Amino acid sequence: MIQFLQNLGKSTRSSFTKLGRGTFFLLQTLSGIPSVLLRPRLLLNQLYSVGVLSFLIITISGLFVGMVLGLQGYYILSDFGAEATLGVMVAASLVRELGPVVSALLFAGRAGSALTAEIGLMKATEQLSGMEMMAVDPVKRIISPRFLAGCLSMPLLTALFSAIGVIGGQLIGSGLLGVDEGAYWSQMQASIDFQDDIINGVIKSFVFGWVTSWIALFEGYDAIPTSEGVSRATTRTVVNSAFSILGLDFILTALMFGDN
Amino acid sequence: MQHTSTQDTLVGLFVAAGIAGLFFLSFQVSNLSSFTQKETYTVTARFENSGGLKVKSPVSAAGVKIGQVSSISFDPKTYQSVVVMQIEAQYDTLPDDTTASVFTAGLLGEQYVSLDPGGSDTFLKNNGNIDITQPAIILEKAIGQFLFKAASEEKSE
Repeated sequence: MIQFLQNLGKSTRSSFTKLGRGTFFLLQTLSGIPSVLLRPRLLLNQLYSVGVLSFLIITISGLFVGMVLGLQGYYILSDFGAEATLGVMVAASLVRELGPVVSALLFAGRAGSALTAEIGLMKATEQLSGMEMMAVDPVKRIISPRFLAGCLSMPLLTALFSAIGVIGGQLIGSGLLGVDEGAYWSQMQASIDFQDDIINGVIKSFVFGWVTSWIALFEGYDAIPTSEGVSRATTRTVVNSAFSILGLDFILTALMFGDN
Repeated sequence: MQHTSTQDTLVGLFVAAGIAGLFFLSFQVSNLSSFTQKETYTVTARFENSGGLKVKSPVSAAGVKIGQVSSISFDPKTYQSVVVMQIEAQYDTLPDDTTASVFTAGLLGEQYVSLDPGGSDTFLKNNGNIDITQPAIILEKAIGQFLFKAASEEKSE
């Protein structure tokens, strides 16, 4: 019994310690951002490996998600004779929820895990301590550019995901199933609000990009420097990112769309 | 890692594609293209019942949208619904005896304010009032009245 209580206390304390380290790490990262702006080349390299390399998975998934929404939406809406509102359904669900959430989950799996593995391996092979020996701050040089790249690419990737999804829904809806193309677009434009839907979607994706990059980089930086430690850290990145994205999405949705 | 200039090009393409996606969402998917800040003037109408009218509901004349509802409030003295509308400034020739009615687009569609111009020579001005109004038709009420009428006719026969 005593043993159990001791373990409980120990694990609670260690999780709070980790949260504290994570917050400190985030502050360090943020304070390193100004120096990244002085070296845009570092940021550009990271935009390539975080953003450009996630481009393909995001666009293809977006296309298929939109096409599935078009199909399912059509079957349900045609029961009520309301096929004309297919565009509204596809666009609203993509722009408000699916776009930010699914692209953030994909981003965590594609780019987040890669970041953790990269940083963890740098730590395991003592490249980070090597940099410190050369009086180069590894947070400024390695972490901050990756963090900034994650925060910047996420909204762009989400916008692409939603835009391609809407086009995919249109391909299936009006190309295959015979929904009127004019109705698809005009009903959509009448119902989707720029401020309420598009801007809120962008805010959501920015928050998700922030959280995912933070978790990925911190898990890598905090990993036990062995091959097993790195593999565990990579798993934790994907699991924790997924939890945080879905939990935060609920909170953000309640805040943004609560009074409608 | 690839040659630097190809990498630069790819990053550039990626950013351009992302921004193009945002533009597409703003102009093709959302209502931003129809929502340009036009000059408007304000007109107030008091209804017995404004039904399911909402802020941003359209205001139309002869079936053409000429403005939108900007606020709806309840007047505790007259027990009426006060509907404030923003009408586009180019349509400034509405007579001051215009009738405002709340209609429904289709049987189950959204509600809108319809303005029927009268014959007066003076026009509505900014912050003007529309005096002649027709309340929204509440479907339940209308059905109730119809049934009641049918029943009483049956009785008298």
